[in-house]
Amino acid sequence: MDKVDLDSPHSMGTTIIGVTYNGGVVLGADSRTSTGVYVANRASDKITKLTDNVYICRSGSAADSQVLSDYVRYFLHQHTIQLDQPATVKVAANLARLLSYNNKDMLQTGLIVGGWSKHEGGKIFGIPLGGTIIEQPFAIGGSGSSYLYGFFDQAWKDGMTKEEAEALVVKAVSLAIARDGASGGVVRTVTIDKDGPERKFYPGDKLQLWHEEMEPQNSLLDIWGGATAASPEPMRE
Amino acid sequence: MSSIGTGYDLSVTTFSPDGRVFQIEYAAKALDNSGTVVGIKCKDGIVMGVEKLIQSKMMLPGSNRRIHSVHRHSGMAVAGLAADGRQIVARAKSEATNYESTYGEPIPVKELAERVASYVHLCTLYWWLRPFGCGVILGGYDRDGPQLYMVEPSGISYRYFGAAIGKGKQAAKTEIEKLNLSEMTCREGVIEVAKIIYKVHDEAKDKAFELELSWICEESKKEHQKSKALSAIMVNFVCSLVNSERWWYGVCTMDDGKDPEVIVVPSDLLEAAKTAATTALEEMDAD
Repeated sequence: MDKVDLDSPHSMGTTIIGVTYNGGVVLGADSRTSTGVYVANRASDKITKLTDNVYICRSGSAADSQVLSDYVRYFLHQHTIQLDQPATVKVAANLARLLSYNNKDMLQTGLIVGGWSKHEGGKIFGIPLGGTIIEQPFAIGGSGSSYLYGFFDQAWKDGMTKEEAEALVVKAVSLAIARDGASGGVVRTVTIDKDGPERKFYPGDKLQLWHEEMEPQNSLLDIWGGATAASPEPMRE
Repeated sequence: MSSIGTGYDLSVTTFSPDGRVFQIEYAAKALDNSGTVVGIKCKDGIVMGVEKLIQSKMMLPGSNRRIHSVHRHSGMAVAGLAADGRQIVARAKSEATNYESTYGEPIPVKELAERVASYVHLCTLYWWLRPFGCGVILGGYDRDGPQLYMVEPSGISYRYFGAAIGKGKQAAKTEIEKLNLSEMTCREGVIEVAKIIYKVHDEAKDKAFELELSWICEESKKEHQKSKALSAIMVNFVCSLVNSERWWYGVCTMDDGKDPEVIVVPSDLLEAAKTAATTALEEMDAD
């Protein structure tokens, strides 16, 4: 058996998604934090608050993305006080990408910044590994996102309602979880519009089943037959 | 009003017994010797104008500009010591580009004004620095609409809908108060500013002057646009800029009444302004 390396850095295999809709944005993520193959946290919260109206989805190194978010929150806070107005999503994203770009030698983070502001409405910015910043109507990131490109090409449309957007995000994360070993756990979403943020939680065992997925079970013995059915062949001399 | 601060006016780090810093007040006097600078906030933008007194006939028209663009969306008109003014403009430009590099959006006018005021104030705090001998009218257009600020040598900065500095500031302020700014568009504002400047210009004391105008409004696509007096040498340079449709040049020189050399004009506007102003002056003289 291959040795399991329990000292691997905590990485968030992850699937993160940000989607704009008519009136705001929906951010979604899975909840698996892995150390190599060991799941260090199966219920982590990868959608972090920067301000009341701007949130960030974190992927890549857990430590790096947490520290980066802390810095951005700090700078944004000061900026808000100075301006005497809530910060825009664009400013938040810019601060994040400056940190990401200028420290690209040392950091490994893929980020999605999303939020709502009075002047711009709902906005999503993707900030992948190297520190590029790109404004998009929707963004996907993390290891699980590889399995979603085709899905979004087909399923995304402009001007969705809040319900459609939320459903799309949950479905997408759930599909990625099914295929990506580094993504799993529960689906968390944060919907941000003019009335502020709203968190939702979708337990992993309540998600829709996809092709060849099994119903969640309590035990392997139940799958093999359990007390009522024939037990596995006993050993004989 | 003005008292001699014997002994208490030697350093900017000395207060007088009645709580005044005389050096700063003296710095403000430098403004009163300079040509009038006027700024107004109209319904849809800002208009600024400067009465640029010409020291010598040999100066190239359009040189020694008093109105500067700080950023695409903001401009600054300077009164007082020109060299000091250049320094402030350089700092403002630097703050503006710095802000945009960090935050990814153009600097809000309020923030820019605060930074400029802060910088001017800084130079009133140390004995090894002298206060700036210039005041600045800063106009800009951002997300919150058009805004006009004035920064004085003391480092005070207020937001105005109409402001004037320089020789004719009292007369100019009186004229501005007569205007109905909330209803006026920038097009009309340009004419009004030109009229005011021509009116407060003292023919007896200073003969030649150049009128510099600039505006930022819906019509200029919220970008700061200036008028400029150009010589033939600069024509080619101008034409290339004109093709990018960012700069509109016009010429206004009030000098022996000779017709100015017009290269390109956001039209007729600058000409109309000059005509209106001259006519208004004549009407006044006819009384």
